Amino acid sequence: MSKTHVTTSINGEPQEFLCEPGDTLLDVLRNDLNLTGTKEGCGSGDCGACSVTLNGRLVCSCLVLGVEVEGAEVGTIEGVSTGDGLHVIQEKFLEHAALQCGICTPGLIVSTKALLEENPSPTEEEARYYLAGNLCRCTGYDKIIKAVMDSAETLRGGA
Amino acid sequence: MSEAQEFKYIGQRTIRPDGFDKVTGRAAYGADLTLPGMIWGKTLRSPHAHAKILSIDTSRAEAHPEVLAVATFKDFVTLQSESIAAGEGSADVLDLARNCLADDKVLYHGHAIAAIAARTERAAKDALALIDVKYELLPPVMDVEDAMKEDAPVLHEDMFTAGYDEKPSKASNIATRVEMKMGDVEAGFAEADVIVEREFRTPTAHQGYIEPHACTVTYDEDGQSMIWCCTQGHFDVRTSTAKVLGMELSKLKVIASEIGGGFGGKTVIYQEPVALVLSKKSGRPVKMVMDRDEVFIATGPTSAAKLKAKVGVKKDGTITAMQGWMAYEAGAFKGSPMMPGVMTMFTPYDCPNVLVEGFDVVVNKSKVAAYRAPGAPQAEYAAEMVINELAEKLGMDPIDLRLKNAAKEGTQTIYGPKLKKVGLVECLEAAKNSPHYQSALPKGQGRGLAAGFWFNVGGQSSVTINMNPDGTGTIVEGSPDIGGSRASMQMMAAEVLQIEPRHLRPIIADTENLPYSQGTGGSRTTFATGMAVIEASEKVVAQVKERAAAVWNVTADQVEYADGVARNTAGEDSMTLAEVCKGAEKTGGQISGSANINARGAGPSFAVHICDVAVDQETGKVDVTRYTAIQDAGKAIHPGYVEGQLQGGAVQGIGWALNEEYVFNKDGVMENPGFLDYRIPLASDLPMIETIIVEVPNAFHPYGVRGVGESGIIPPLGAVGYAVGNAIGRKVEELPCSPPRVLALIQNG
Amino acid sequence: MAIVIFSSELQKLTGEERTRAKAEVFKDIVAEIANQYSALEHDELMKMAVAIDGEIIHTPFLEKVAPDSEVHFLYRISGG
Repeated sequence: MSKTHVTTSINGEPQEFLCEPGDTLLDVLRNDLNLTGTKEGCGSGDCGACSVTLNGRLVCSCLVLGVEVEGAEVGTIEGVSTGDGLHVIQEKFLEHAALQCGICTPGLIVSTKALLEENPSPTEEEARYYLAGNLCRCTGYDKIIKAVMDSAETLRGGA
Repeated sequence: MSEAQEFKYIGQRTIRPDGFDKVTGRAAYGADLTLPGMIWGKTLRSPHAHAKILSIDTSRAEAHPEVLAVATFKDFVTLQSESIAAGEGSADVLDLARNCLADDKVLYHGHAIAAIAARTERAAKDALALIDVKYELLPPVMDVEDAMKEDAPVLHEDMFTAGYDEKPSKASNIATRVEMKMGDVEAGFAEADVIVEREFRTPTAHQGYIEPHACTVTYDEDGQSMIWCCTQGHFDVRTSTAKVLGMELSKLKVIASEIGGGFGGKTVIYQEPVALVLSKKSGRPVKMVMDRDEVFIATGPTSAAKLKAKVGVKKDGTITAMQGWMAYEAGAFKGSPMMPGVMTMFTPYDCPNVLVEGFDVVVNKSKVAAYRAPGAPQAEYAAEMVINELAEKLGMDPIDLRLKNAAKEGTQTIYGPKLKKVGLVECLEAAKNSPHYQSALPKGQGRGLAAGFWFNVGGQSSVTINMNPDGTGTIVEGSPDIGGSRASMQMMAAEVLQIEPRHLRPIIADTENLPYSQGTGGSRTTFATGMAVIEASEKVVAQVKERAAAVWNVTADQVEYADGVARNTAGEDSMTLAEVCKGAEKTGGQISGSANINARGAGPSFAVHICDVAVDQETGKVDVTRYTAIQDAGKAIHPGYVEGQLQGGAVQGIGWALNEEYVFNKDGVMENPGFLDYRIPLASDLPMIETIIVEVPNAFHPYGVRGVGESGIIPPLGAVGYAVGNAIGRKVEELPCSPPRVLALIQNG
Repeated sequence: MAIVIFSSELQKLTGEERTRAKAEVFKDIVAEIANQYSALEHDELMKMAVAIDGEIIHTPFLEKVAPDSEVHFLYRISGG
């Protein structure tokens, strides 16, 4: 079976790759493009560790095929900070100790960014439900939610 | 010691030094290493829960052009049964090898039988179908009670129950029986005014780390090998793997990657020796990453258990007798944490008459592995539920009942020594005064409370602190950082060296860079590795004084060191740490301090949790509406990460109590090996987890540290279980309190 | 002479709750009591942890034991 040539854009940069029809976007990111920041926790869309944005929409990259991103914009954890420092969300996660092992952190940060772009003033409940697709086994979510709410306030121009 | 110490750096909420890599995706975990020429390994797993392997024919696989190597049990060295130091205390090396690749029997659905390496992961997986295995099916034993019956099918023909005066004549599934006692429980029960006796069941539950087991390995022409893997203890990976493959330790380097959760489950080897065999045979680096379902079906969950607890009290609340019985499922091979269960069950109570009997039982499930205070949650759940019921019967506040009988310094434990200074009373008082406990329970909700005890361990840790000519330094330690411990190591060194923590870079060395360090687990890291960091730092300070003294022509005891500056007490001179380090080349070479210790005096950590729940009477769904976790940390080096441990442990316990369980069909096949149906708590399930850190310093640690990682998972089972029963007016006896069970309790009384 | 106290499990093998040991180093105490009680296996005792005056020590091989110290043999707890 011959591979498909895909042209896409990842974190604003043009990218090309070859992949099998059955390869997921997650496989391509990690194995072909060396973007290992996106993690595989389950491969079936249940844990959110592989969260990326596809044309601005939050998706599980393990549920997207590599061939589907032809001509699309993909956003991964590697594109969250802009090169001259951390994004507010990343800073807040560190400040609030919102990570312990850190494996869910890339997915959570991508999801949080998507949340706050959609809803800059979420309530705690809205934040918890939006992020329900990102599993964390270490923190119990308490400090994560605090980091998210603090990020929201800071991004709105608050403290 | 540390009663009222003023700290310059300890106790602050610093930014963890590894944090930047973690929030940007740069941190490299178990599956993140790729090497030139690397190929992929995948494992053939048993579709049957119990069967004899009649034959394994790998010829079709080996002939296939895409297959680069095949591994089976024959590729391991011939082993005798032998206890070796493995992550979890000790393990039988023959059982360990047989669990990595099956020998003559498959003992659980998912049991590894063979492995294949190919150029892509998909090609390796597809090629597994080329291996032909012939089985003779045997009836599976899936439940601890069934396994203990006289006529149960036997997993191991050579298993004769240890712990009876006479060795039994018939093989059974009971590996060990243990009985611990003190005083006279019969006399104690005779004195009691009220006795409660209950039976309980807890399910098979998994540690649930989000990162699957993964490794990348190399094996060169000279037998020199490297394993990169996510593990809690890379030195123990080296020990176990070398044993299984008959390798010298100097031939095997193990690098601990960043680890995406362990909780005890990553203290055991699974794929590592198999990957090395594939690498040796193919001459290529090999990567093996488990799929999520493999993690559930083939890596240690924790023991399901059947438990009985019986406690007698006088009318005034004095406990007169405590009796327990437990049977723990070890999975396919012996070695459940039944013993710690026996030892911890009633330890929060000062009672002279205690008797506990325990059984370690094999069943056709994956071999269990350690899970956060292994053995204690199940046993203490049973005890705490009965204590709560007694409080209710006596009309006594459950905290007061516990205070009246609380274990404290000098309390005799069932396992031998008396307790040293501990903080249970302080935790109970903090619970009583907490905003949560002081608040009225909202109408219709239920409230539960429970205590928990875990020993915590010390053990071997090795640290070297290398000072650079500019006065900054590297802390080289050997404890994989699962939860942020590098921040605490930085602070403890900073406290001794009296310089800002950010000038000290902690790194986790591999097995070739440091002497043996025991794995990260047992709540030992901040305590034991911390102690080694402090000792190594003190040696640096001693050298600094010597060098300064040499420059000033005085003796070292005429030099004092404070606030990062060495001062000549016999004169006017002073030098900063950086200045001494800059001149080190001339005064004897670069300054470096090492400590290689076997830390003792680990202080136990008591915990008390309070839980409120609301139960939907139509669906049986339970919502945790409020939760408070209180625990004795001795001294919280980094309060943020201590709180994190309390919250993380609490939520794992909540999951265990409410939703988590393995569901098996009648053939012993797990039906829910994924996060959709093995339901761990989500962000939307929970409220904020309030925490209260109690500090009763541990006299054996320079800063008073007690390990905190584990105790927090113990109280939730009793606190949640009792709260649910309280909400619906029923007795909860089986966990998890999933909606169908709660509904059945509501409807059937 | 150190006081060695046997757990209820070990009492099944020794027949008594406690004894005294002359030796001053843990490894020698093990040798002494393995000698004294035929049912106690030297190698099994060496694998255990010990509590000396309440302090739990995991690798006690060369541990010094003072006269009148209380010695308890313990299952070696690990953790998760």
